Amino acid sequence: MTEVVLSLRGVTKRFGGLVAVNGMDFDVAEHQVMGLIGPNGSGKSTTLNLISGAFPVSAGRISLRGTPITHLPAQDIARRGISRTFQLVRLLPSMTVQDNVMAGAVFGHRRRWGHEAEGIAQTMLEKVGLGGRGHLRVGQLTYIDTKRVELARALAGEPRVLLLDEWLAGLNPTELETGINLIRALRDEGRTIILVEHVMDAIRSLCDTCVVMAAGSKIAEGTPDQVLSDPAVIRAYLGDDDA
Amino acid sequence: MSLTATDWRNLSLSALALLAAACLPWVVGNYHLTIGVTIAMYAVLATSWALFSGPTHYISLATAAFFGVGAYVTGIGLQHLPYWVLLPLAGLIGAVMAALVGLATLRLSGVYFVIFTLGLAEFVRQIITWGQNVSGTKGLYVLTSITERDIYWQLLGLAALVWALGWLIGRSRLGFALRIIGDDETVAKHSGINTARAKILLFMVPGAVAAITGAVLAPRYVYIEPALAFTPMLSFQVVIMALLGGTGRLWGPLVGVIPFTFLWEAISISFPNQTTLLLGVAFLLIVYFLPRGFVGLIEDARRRMGSEGAR
Repeated sequence: MTEVVLSLRGVTKRFGGLVAVNGMDFDVAEHQVMGLIGPNGSGKSTTLNLISGAFPVSAGRISLRGTPITHLPAQDIARRGISRTFQLVRLLPSMTVQDNVMAGAVFGHRRRWGHEAEGIAQTMLEKVGLGGRGHLRVGQLTYIDTKRVELARALAGEPRVLLLDEWLAGLNPTELETGINLIRALRDEGRTIILVEHVMDAIRSLCDTCVVMAAGSKIAEGTPDQVLSDPAVIRAYLGDDDA
Repeated sequence: MSLTATDWRNLSLSALALLAAACLPWVVGNYHLTIGVTIAMYAVLATSWALFSGPTHYISLATAAFFGVGAYVTGIGLQHLPYWVLLPLAGLIGAVMAALVGLATLRLSGVYFVIFTLGLAEFVRQIITWGQNVSGTKGLYVLTSITERDIYWQLLGLAALVWALGWLIGRSRLGFALRIIGDDETVAKHSGINTARAKILLFMVPGAVAAITGAVLAPRYVYIEPALAFTPMLSFQVVIMALLGGTGRLWGPLVGVIPFTFLWEAISISFPNQTTLLLGVAFLLIVYFLPRGFVGLIEDARRRMGSEGAR
């Protein structure tokens, strides 16, 4: 049995009267890729935002390797080793590609500085396929390359858990294949990843386990094949008539 | 920390320029020395202002608040303490004040921060005015043997300190954190930066520097009163000069301070009753036509020359 890295128990988020996430429970084991899937508005991104500390949790507990991180501010969660990308890519527009990635290396989990941080940034850029392009301004990049920079920044913090919020969204078919291969390479390195994703091919080929959400709650959990053939999941995606 | 050849060249050029500036009192007459003092004062204020507001884009109008407090530290303290103790004391008080203001306001963003800092100067002014009314005193006489030359040299020393500090910050984690915060505060937080602490730490620099500047300049005024020490014009002029020069480089504000001081000298003589109006117009013109200041112009020109040279 591999060690549980991240664990959610009864995690709930209320925005006024709306319960966006309702009593989420799940564990992510080390070296595992977990897919967090579900229809639009089911609370996947909100769950990711709760884990990364973007929003305060209304109820429940989140722990990283047994240590509670539920009410920590975002920067402390990042330092403890949870890195993320954003649904809409967020880069630092006044900086070079290299400096964008350095941000993760300098302030992330391992907190490097100087040549060491530069070295990490370069390694990560090579890993995501941007080797030799560190000097470019981020405004000069194509869409997929901006996503690569964001991924490299998240990796540069040398995180224990990587949160990818629809990292594959908006890519064309060729880019999608490249993207899936890139994440597969990360999985093969033994990284622990939570993937919020809509692309079914990616979910099938990348995820060890899946948690399916609908209307803020977990409705299924298991391997991709198990959950995608679950009648409750089909109902949530397609509506009652097609189930 | 290792220095490159460019670093050494820049450092020696700066030292030479400072040395040349230090010779000014022996070369020029009293009128031009007065302008020299004004330039040195605004160079210190605008450069330290840009250290914080440049990377973070938080426009602070609190310069007059810190400056005024510094002037009063000299005004009140001279009777009790030696002058040389008062300068660091003013700096300390300015830094603590900035930290408190930072704690209260730096969670605010954009226009709320601007308004708060503007209100702060007014607030401190009213407190001192109230204190004077209660105690029955009016203004304060600051009588010392300190000459215009002494003030000029003190300000140059302070400018050297500010530049050295700015240079060090620019190469530090704190400086890098501030640039990231200025670009995207959400990314900064999720990258592991304690954004509130970074902003407060750096906001203390212009706070302390403006207070020391006020303390240095108090003897020049001879008689200080709240309306003079806390004039909001000072805060606005510092912002305009820094923006005119450009906040993207350490030397940027200085490039704005020198021409603006001369321009302002001319305006104050020719249109003494329209200064505020003209200051506003200058502000609009700079923001619309020179958003990156002279620094932006210079760097664009360099780039163009560079690309032509490459062809």
